Amino acid sequence: MTAKAEIHIPINSDSDIVTARQQGRALAQEMGFNGSDLTVISTAISEIARNIVEHAKSGEIILNAVNSPGTVNSPGKIGLVVIARDKGPGIADIALAMQDGYSTGKGLGVGLPGSRRLMDEFEITSAPGIGTTVTMKKWKR
Amino acid sequence: MRVPILKQGNYLIASIQSALSDYELLQLRDDLAAQVGRFRSKGVIVDVTVLDIMDSFAVRTLRAIAQIARMRGSETVIVGIQPEVAFAMVQLGLALGEVETALDLEEGLALLELRTKQGGSRDSQS
Repeated sequence: MTAKAEIHIPINSDSDIVTARQQGRALAQEMGFNGSDLTVISTAISEIARNIVEHAKSGEIILNAVNSPGTVNSPGKIGLVVIARDKGPGIADIALAMQDGYSTGKGLGVGLPGSRRLMDEFEITSAPGIGTTVTMKKWKR
Repeated sequence: MRVPILKQGNYLIASIQSALSDYELLQLRDDLAAQVGRFRSKGVIVDVTVLDIMDSFAVRTLRAIAQIARMRGSETVIVGIQPEVAFAMVQLGLALGEVETALDLEEGLALLELRTKQGGSRDSQS
């Protein structure tokens, strides 16, 4: 698969959540992910994008395809990277925010921990007053 | 786009036609709450067959629809959850709680018949 430019999706309202997950699904489909992975990826994007709308009001989702070069013993693999970035209030206690059922908003508290379960890799960095960045990856099986 | 709600006998059938934003989901909740009263409906079916994902907001709103309808004397059945969607929901950690589900519209209608014709909720049948 040839390298493609990143897709940037501005997130400012609830309808942008729909756009982000649909674009994520389209990219994943193009990359050859199977049906249940498409749903898993777009569900995780939906949760992460909603976090932006609920807590930071605005931010962006960046979608990208990456190649992991193979070694002698393992073949290379391709993956989809989702980055969700905002300049919102940030998260004071990340460990707490990653707990199931913990929510400061009106949600069910499954967004962050649930998305981590859905994806293969999940990383969150946040600083109060500066913002939050979530980076998640799904490797194609 | 507003979700069309069909009145069929004592039941309301909300047939989702495309991906819904949060706002549109809330609109469906409000429309159903109003129409259950207007048509004195005994049952509500929400057909989610076309939804390719159900995230936490969708689940929360469907639960709210069922709870509101019950308070208004109506039973709710969610029909048509796709297998991939169910898989992702479980991994995400979402459950529909006590909201009833059925495989498709036909099964959903049969379930409503059972719930409403036997007089009373499932709690009183057991």
